[in-house]
Amino acid sequence: MSKLLTWIDERFPLTELWNSQWGKYVAPKNFNFWYYFGSLAAFVLVLQIVTGIWLTMNYKPDATKAFESVEYIMRDVEWGWLIRYMHSTGASMFFIVVYLHMFRGLMYGSYRKPRELTWIFGCLIYLALMAEAFFGYLLPWGQMSYWGAQVIVNLFSAIPVIGEDLAVWIRGDYTVSDITLNRFFAFHVIALPLVLVGLVAAHLMALHETGSNNPDGVEIKKQPKDPVTGLPLDGIYSHPYYTVKDIVGVIVFLVVFSIVVFFLPEMGGYFIEANNFIPADPLKTPEHIAPVWYFTPYYAMLRAVPSFMGTQVWGVIIMGVSVMIFFAMPWLDRGAVKSIRYRGGLYKAWLAAFVVAFLILGYLGVVPVTVWGQFREAFPFYGADKATVVARVLTVVYFLFFLLMPWYTARDKTKPVPARVVWK
Amino acid sequence: MTKFVCVLLWLMSGASGIALASGADIRLSPAPVNRLDEESLQRGARNFVNYCLSCHTAKYMRYNRLTDLGLTPDQIEANLMFASDKIGDTMTVAMTKADGTAWFGAAPPDLSVESRIRGRDWLYNYLLGFYRDGKSASGWNNIVFPNVGMPHVLWELSGVNKLVETEYEDHEKATAGAIAVKGLSAIEPLPGGKYAVLQVAPDVPGTMSRVQYETFVADLVNYMDYMAEPVRNKRIHLGIVVLLFLSVLFFFAYWMKREYWKDLH
Repeated sequence: MSKLLTWIDERFPLTELWNSQWGKYVAPKNFNFWYYFGSLAAFVLVLQIVTGIWLTMNYKPDATKAFESVEYIMRDVEWGWLIRYMHSTGASMFFIVVYLHMFRGLMYGSYRKPRELTWIFGCLIYLALMAEAFFGYLLPWGQMSYWGAQVIVNLFSAIPVIGEDLAVWIRGDYTVSDITLNRFFAFHVIALPLVLVGLVAAHLMALHETGSNNPDGVEIKKQPKDPVTGLPLDGIYSHPYYTVKDIVGVIVFLVVFSIVVFFLPEMGGYFIEANNFIPADPLKTPEHIAPVWYFTPYYAMLRAVPSFMGTQVWGVIIMGVSVMIFFAMPWLDRGAVKSIRYRGGLYKAWLAAFVVAFLILGYLGVVPVTVWGQFREAFPFYGADKATVVARVLTVVYFLFFLLMPWYTARDKTKPVPARVVWK
Repeated sequence: MTKFVCVLLWLMSGASGIALASGADIRLSPAPVNRLDEESLQRGARNFVNYCLSCHTAKYMRYNRLTDLGLTPDQIEANLMFASDKIGDTMTVAMTKADGTAWFGAAPPDLSVESRIRGRDWLYNYLLGFYRDGKSASGWNNIVFPNVGMPHVLWELSGVNKLVETEYEDHEKATAGAIAVKGLSAIEPLPGGKYAVLQVAPDVPGTMSRVQYETFVADLVNYMDYMAEPVRNKRIHLGIVVLLFLSVLFFFAYWMKREYWKDLH
């Protein structure tokens, strides 16, 4: 065995790769609950790719056969139902895990120097994941698939001058059609998975170059070395320590995942929507079109922005910027410390406001704008939908979290960061 | 940090508490179905092929799948296959979409996954919600699905119902009136701030008693719920096995983690 390894190592840096990326990678020893979601995201990515390959074996990307082939998978393909539910549940779980992973980054300042590139690769992964989910959602060819895609592609037609042509170019047709389904299939099963895997590799390589942040924001690479082990005082080898810890994380994740897959595969209509069991019908617009839950915060912002100077493009711009603004985080934050543990009240308050805004916007994106009724007379905004006004306020809160960040992080009263991590 | 998460959770719970206040106008009563009741499912399959499967299709459902319900292939061929002669066939009908559109205004939808679209309570109440209406094209109307194109196919069994409207002064009294119906009802706003509670009441008796007809519909809905996802019972059963396996695995994984991490100080 070791002879074989030597033979390989003389020709390909296998041991070197393993050691630099995981085997001898030194990580802080104080990772807490929030640090499970990185390895879980990688796990879900593998799960999606594997189940996706098996679904592709029986799925037909053809407008007349797609819906039927999904039911065929659910009924006639051996274990097809399980593979399909794992894939549909995996899509939503991917976003849950990624959102928690990103929130971890916000809490502990993982985006800050020297990890800017890790953060940027992460933001690109998030973008690619959104595209991947959007393309994939058309494939079951149900009513929500169809009209969701129709609405999103129509957003591009709001762009002045080139918009209409751009939308036609994306669809390959004047409406979402068989041609659109074919190209979305191509994007979903090959183009974006390739991009995703490449970006994940870059994300990990960048991380393993700088070393991991931790809940205290202490740079362990700057610590003195332990005379016995030669490692930073608070550093441990990822393998075996985080290998065995992340295995526990994966099993707990699988418990939650299995509860959904086996007992609540539709998750009350949030993971699989009831309307998506109606085959796509280009002539029948559903009364209420809502995107899947993971896009709803952005959808709520899109709807909240009024048309101005005769064009709807502002909502589209706001929606685009709201995702892109994450890229700027490393340069917006001027705090003296990284971790929320040593930040002052200002940052904590803004982060809390941001999270609450994001969650309520997510809720508002699911429901019709009439959900809370209209303002009555004697109120300002008389006659306006309450939900729209709330969504506007929260959109402003969302952006202020970023735009005011240079100011409130610099002014925040921070606590001194200890030399050693807090552990146990 | 823990405090921060607690505050977040508290804020979230407050936000979700503002949930929508406008209730649905149609008050469905829960469908009395049991996914494990094989006899009910078998009766439901019989009801389905006898009464639904002449206009509606279930084109993703194969006859031989009915062995799930404890039936043998011979029983299926002898009792349930009128529209087809091969047991591996799916449940299709001779009527074309064009015929359906010409006869009913809209082609009868395929019912394979209808229960996943509408839900079993909706289906149950829909089949109890028909009443005589001289103004509609088919002569029938429905509380759950107003102006539906489908006529009341089961009227010989259920008898003929009429619509009863009771007027109430305000929404609160109307809600109380709807609760008192103890079954399917609908609250409809009237001009002048008043509300009407709609319900169906027997007019001409059918061949079945009310309870018999409700059981007939419940069996049918139970079957349609099965048909929408034939694997459901197996799925739930397997889920329990998987969770048991994962809890054992968790125990060993956690133990392993503890053993390794003992070395660290």
